[in-house]
Amino acid sequence: MIAETTHGSLTFCSIEPDSGLGSALERPPADALGRIEASGLRGRGGAGFPTSLKWELAIKSPGEYKYVICNADEGEPGTFKDRVILSDFADLVFEGMTIGAFVIGAKHGIVYLRGEYAYLRSHLENVLRRRRAQNLLGKNIHGLEGFDFDVEIRMGAGAYVCGEETALIESLEGQRGEPRNRPPFPIDTGYLGNPTIVNNVETFAWVVCILAKGAKWFNSIGTKKSTGLKLFSVSGDCSQPGVYEFPMGITVAELLKEVGGEGAKAVQVGGAAGQCVPAAQFERTIAYEDVPTGGSVIVFGPGRDMLRVAENFLEFFADESCGQCTPCREGTPKLIEGVKMLQQGRCSMQYLHELCSLGETMQAASKCGLGQMAPNAFLSIVEHFQDEILGRIGR
Amino acid sequence: MSDELLPHGHPTRAPASQRGRTAEVLEHAKALGKQIEVTIDGRAITVPLGTTILESAQQLGIRIPTLCYHQDLCLAGVCRICVVEVEGQRALQASCSYPITAPIHVKTHTPAVRKARRHILDLMLANHYGECYTCNRNGNCELQSLAEEYGVDYFRFGRMEKPRYEIDLSSHALVRDMNKCVLCRRCVRTCIDLQEVGVLEAIDRGNRIKIATFGDKPLSDVVCINCGQCINRCPTGALRANDNTDEVWQAIDDPTKHVVIQTAPSPRAGIGECFGLPPGQPMTFRMNTALRYCGFDKVFDTNFAADLTIIEEGTELLLRLKAAMANDECRMMNDESALQHPERSQSQSIHNSSFINHNFPVPLPQFTSCSPGWVKFAEHFYPEYLDHVSTCKSPQQMFGALLKTFYAEKTGVNPRDIVTVALMPCSAKKFECNRPEMCASGYKDIDYGLTTRELAKMIREVGVDLPNMPKSDFDDPFGTATGSGVIFGVTGGVMESAIRTVFELVTGKKVENLFDHAEVVPVRGFEGIRYAELPIVEVGPVPAIISHLFKDWNWLKGATLKVAVAHGTANAKRVMEDIKAGGKFSECHFIEFMACPGGCLGGGGQPIPTSPEIRAARAKAIYDEDRSYTIRKSHENPALLQVYADFLTDGPCGHRSHKLLHTHYTPRGKYIA
Repeated sequence: MIAETTHGSLTFCSIEPDSGLGSALERPPADALGRIEASGLRGRGGAGFPTSLKWELAIKSPGEYKYVICNADEGEPGTFKDRVILSDFADLVFEGMTIGAFVIGAKHGIVYLRGEYAYLRSHLENVLRRRRAQNLLGKNIHGLEGFDFDVEIRMGAGAYVCGEETALIESLEGQRGEPRNRPPFPIDTGYLGNPTIVNNVETFAWVVCILAKGAKWFNSIGTKKSTGLKLFSVSGDCSQPGVYEFPMGITVAELLKEVGGEGAKAVQVGGAAGQCVPAAQFERTIAYEDVPTGGSVIVFGPGRDMLRVAENFLEFFADESCGQCTPCREGTPKLIEGVKMLQQGRCSMQYLHELCSLGETMQAASKCGLGQMAPNAFLSIVEHFQDEILGRIGR
Repeated sequence: MSDELLPHGHPTRAPASQRGRTAEVLEHAKALGKQIEVTIDGRAITVPLGTTILESAQQLGIRIPTLCYHQDLCLAGVCRICVVEVEGQRALQASCSYPITAPIHVKTHTPAVRKARRHILDLMLANHYGECYTCNRNGNCELQSLAEEYGVDYFRFGRMEKPRYEIDLSSHALVRDMNKCVLCRRCVRTCIDLQEVGVLEAIDRGNRIKIATFGDKPLSDVVCINCGQCINRCPTGALRANDNTDEVWQAIDDPTKHVVIQTAPSPRAGIGECFGLPPGQPMTFRMNTALRYCGFDKVFDTNFAADLTIIEEGTELLLRLKAAMANDECRMMNDESALQHPERSQSQSIHNSSFINHNFPVPLPQFTSCSPGWVKFAEHFYPEYLDHVSTCKSPQQMFGALLKTFYAEKTGVNPRDIVTVALMPCSAKKFECNRPEMCASGYKDIDYGLTTRELAKMIREVGVDLPNMPKSDFDDPFGTATGSGVIFGVTGGVMESAIRTVFELVTGKKVENLFDHAEVVPVRGFEGIRYAELPIVEVGPVPAIISHLFKDWNWLKGATLKVAVAHGTANAKRVMEDIKAGGKFSECHFIEFMACPGGCLGGGGQPIPTSPEIRAARAKAIYDEDRSYTIRKSHENPALLQVYADFLTDGPCGHRSHKLLHTHYTPRGKYIA
């Protein structure tokens, strides 16, 4: 059930080319959608929105033009599994997008590729060219009259926030990459105002696997609410960092054992936007209903200074905040100031409470996920590592 | 205004999700025929699907604080001060930008909401250089009132001790002080979405973000048209007009100076708001008394110059039409069929009355030139059309030129000692009076432009309660002007005045025959772009004042004058693009453009705040004032006719008038070096 980063045993390796798309095109789109629904697949970018529901809403949303967007702006600190998928399994991604197009009735697909992955572009363009030649993209795909779909690759420019789907769409439209107000959601008012599905690279790959191997197969793995397999990008203080495939619902302890991270004092699950799980809670499961993740797992060994960890994450957010809404823009620097005060041993308990309360406001009142997640690491470190962070002598 | 978002086309700038105000949503609701019930703080209300939580709460009389929200602008949802709790949602929602599409339950003041609002205010204050005592928005600042409303009694997260940014004083019209900016982006949305000029945008990100011009250049070096609409919508003192009150006081206090002020129609309709009156209370004659109390030696009515503008600009239009006509005839002489049926062809051309001949171009339509914001907009964005812009100076500048020549001669005051001040609803007027070409008399036409807000400050400083001032009239020799001059302050007003005068000059008939009470209704209203046709069925004799220019009006007989009105530069842009594409507006003869929404009464120098309702109230005050005048047509202004008889002796568009009252423009282009 576990594959190491050399990926010989990754599920993706065992999928016959075109098996998912071929299976989808045999029957009407509703059938493919039904199978995805039955599989229980949820968004692999981290938010865990049910994929079939997103697609269904896009089907119902009226509009002549619909779009399929692949979110390849993999920017969460500690995440690199999409890079592996794009490098080695690009066909699966495009096949998944094509299935998405078939299901929602789109003619146009866009891969929003992270700026730092520009080196992958020529490879991806080659794959696209080959797929066009094979009639897996273009007009009358697979000989199916009227099923036209093509994919273009557009480059991001390095902003983390453009991984947020509405900011991604803004960026695609040529605007400043800033999240929009939601609602309306992209399924309703997306790219150029048209119904749009935005899915993670990995989600599209799993769609193909589900159609190829069956919803039951997928459904039988994982937990009830978090079905199937998931790729994890493991880094930090462990002996075997890399990309792993684990079933959803694996406990942190089990994962640590597989990657050689026993003895860790904490694990950051879900990247900078995720949670910091302390050793005492290593029995918790990695699943949407417990500790959710888009794939990032960062292991902190016993020697790590958790205040530095908090500072590092907060600095990341302060830098990557789009600067649009007040709680995120102004709040994050205040938390950084607080961490610095803690480091110097001059943060009163009262002010620390004030900052935690501010963190809650940021979670509740920020405009997008970035701001809502920005204080997470800080809050969980304050909660779980009080002894370590309090009472420091000024340096 | 077209907000269409074409698939695969170029989207208008505001993201669709953020433009989704009632208009768009209501259309959707109609399609579904849906009303929806929402409960706010336990009170139920039924609203059309897509109404925002904020709008629904307002209908219930529930106050939700707002900051980045503005009635005139597309939604942003960025300040987050208006957050509320929506049952079943994990996060708080910004009520200004949350369209109701399901029967939700909303709570507007739960502990979480109150805490969030307080935190948001504390964070804003921590990053705001709050020097309230010395701020020009002291007492009229939305951040200050919110701090008061939410009981802010200490700086929870510290405060900005020292200013971080240099104040941009480069512009004659506007001052930008980013130390006071709270990043609500109303100015950005005003400049990009409302006015479609696009000078301001956010640059950088995180807490390094700031509102900047292109390349962070000084405001004087970018395509800013000085309309000041951003000032009117700034919640704090980050944007303000370049204040000239100190210079004006200095002139007043200098006994060797003869300081005269002219007052435009719009400030009178607005200044009451600075003294706590509801919008739409005309203060014309009380203000005259207050101005004298301040120490101005003479108080004149800009409307006199507005009447003058109508005569000059109307004559210019008739001259252009005649020239175009002559071209037309010339062309037809060469046209074989025209030779065979000269009568038919000629009458056809008149009845088509396009007057627009692409072989012998006479620049038509003629564009108005009274709005300095519009003029600079044209100079930047449509430099190839500058020969369409009337060569007439704006009323402000015409008046200045007359004051330093005619008035100086008449009163024997050395023009060097005359200080001309103009009270305007406008920030762009401050730029206009500093244009180097505006000094044909050898002196600066207008020395200082004051905004309505600045004058209110001066009046307060001398201890006058304006609403209780006795009334007094304007000074001679210019006297009280006509109703035509007054309506210059509202969109369509210049066109209406021009129609009143041109129609009567040409037909010899009363305009009342065509429009009740001489109210040219087709060009009135707040529709962004308006179009009207005015048939000239019969013509009369040429009046004496322009008889040296025209023999007869027969060439206009049966013609149809086509006119249009646009206010707000976004609408001006629509019209200009239509002209470029050869559309309906390219067939017009005369188009009034005003840079500001609502015309001058919505100008960048008017009292803050502004909203559609406030502008409508000011417009009503102006139209009421027009109705109250006995003389309501520019060409009937006796003082004006006297000026032509005594001073501008070679008549409208004559040599002297051209020297003093007409100007030229600078093709600036939109590319910044």
